[in-house]
Amino acid sequence: MPSLLSDYLPLVIFMAIAFAIGLALLIAPFIVAYKSPDPEKLSAYECGFNAFDDARMRFDVRYYLVSLLFIIFDLEVAFLFPWAVAFKEVGPLGFWSVIVFLGVLTVGFIYEWKKGALEWD
Amino acid sequence: MDSLAGNGWVWPLLIIIGKSLLILVAGLIFVAYVLYADRKVWAAVQLRRGPNVVGPWGLLQSFADLMKFVFKEPVIPAGANKGVFLLAPLISGGLALSSWAVIPLNDGWAVANINVGVLFIFAISSLMVYGAIMAGWASNSKYPLLAALRSAAQMVSYEVSIGFVFITVLLCAGSLNLNDIVSAQDSAWGLFGWYWLPLLPMFVVFFVSALAETNRPPFDLLEAESELVAGYMVEYSSAPYMLFMLGEYVAIITMCAMTTVLFLGGWLPPFPVPPFTWISGLIWFVLKICLVFFMFAMVKAFVPRYRYDQLMRLGWKVFLPVSLASVVVVAGVLEIFGAGAHP
Repeated sequence: MPSLLSDYLPLVIFMAIAFAIGLALLIAPFIVAYKSPDPEKLSAYECGFNAFDDARMRFDVRYYLVSLLFIIFDLEVAFLFPWAVAFKEVGPLGFWSVIVFLGVLTVGFIYEWKKGALEWD
Repeated sequence: MDSLAGNGWVWPLLIIIGKSLLILVAGLIFVAYVLYADRKVWAAVQLRRGPNVVGPWGLLQSFADLMKFVFKEPVIPAGANKGVFLLAPLISGGLALSSWAVIPLNDGWAVANINVGVLFIFAISSLMVYGAIMAGWASNSKYPLLAALRSAAQMVSYEVSIGFVFITVLLCAGSLNLNDIVSAQDSAWGLFGWYWLPLLPMFVVFFVSALAETNRPPFDLLEAESELVAGYMVEYSSAPYMLFMLGEYVAIITMCAMTTVLFLGGWLPPFPVPPFTWISGLIWFVLKICLVFFMFAMVKAFVPRYRYDQLMRLGWKVFLPVSLASVVVVAGVLEIFGAGAHP
């Protein structure tokens, strides 16, 4: 088999079997279990009263901030992966360019910190 | 026989399927006993007996639980978005199981020995957030939505520090292949040549981040049973709920395995001398996973739960700067002293 295929085909097959096991477990109770639905059972969970509002409400803007910060730093990590693997080959130039790159991001991180984007109270 | 294996594709395919099934089935049985061990350890710390009725010493407890879950009535709330509601547990469970494909149990014993193993694990653990968000949104109920947001924010916050820890290990090992990372830790020093010693701060950061990433106590804020209702899976019952719980424990085992591979020398024996090298690498690997899981279980038993703002502060203001600084320090040390500086 070609090498790319022989590397990744097992992965695809493994994932397919993993999801098949998951699917089998998911479907099983719909086939074998006893079902008797009633309106109370099927209503959304609330603290002792009927749900009176749409559940998909507005939420705190901080969650957006966290996700934005996550994207920035996760991309940074993704950029560092190839550098870390090729560390021995890239030499001093590669080392110093990444240090500068990290330095720029650290300035941004300090700005976020001072602005209070990381506060959660 | 010739017609079956004629083009040389059928047998390799069957072998791959056989290997995958073997790992998944053995892994799921392992998870069943990890669950049992978790409950037993917790019980022992609280001077209780824990599960001891089903089978000798309660050894069949997890299988009884499986039967119970499968025969329970599956409830789908009237207001829920049915397709997404049922897809969410499948994604949680399926993705968690998928990450086992690249973990090397012994030298070269991985179903898929791909050269970007670390990246694959990282990608899968990022995707796990989708299971939580989909479950919370599709339930169309307030508590699951809030819990999903909280759990997603928590998971992504610690994902970042885990990423930087991966980078430091990659700098030392010089490869994304999990097999090569373990081989790079093989030295005459044995136990003291593994990365937990030179990268000790990173080992601690990784361990704590792994707890937070898998929503284990003391960071189990989405299902803090004494304060909140049980997280984004409130509306789930029966096997869909079980898939979330299974996914959680499978992810914990993956994290234990990753700790073992990155810091504790994978399948390598602790001392590279005969009485230890006679034992199969697989045994060492499983023993190390059990050791790391024992630490997970003890943390659950000992440490009081964090508050949400403390959790976010720890992730963004302590772990992120520490791990970022470590990347620079490790790279600097390797640059100045050359690759031979670490044992």
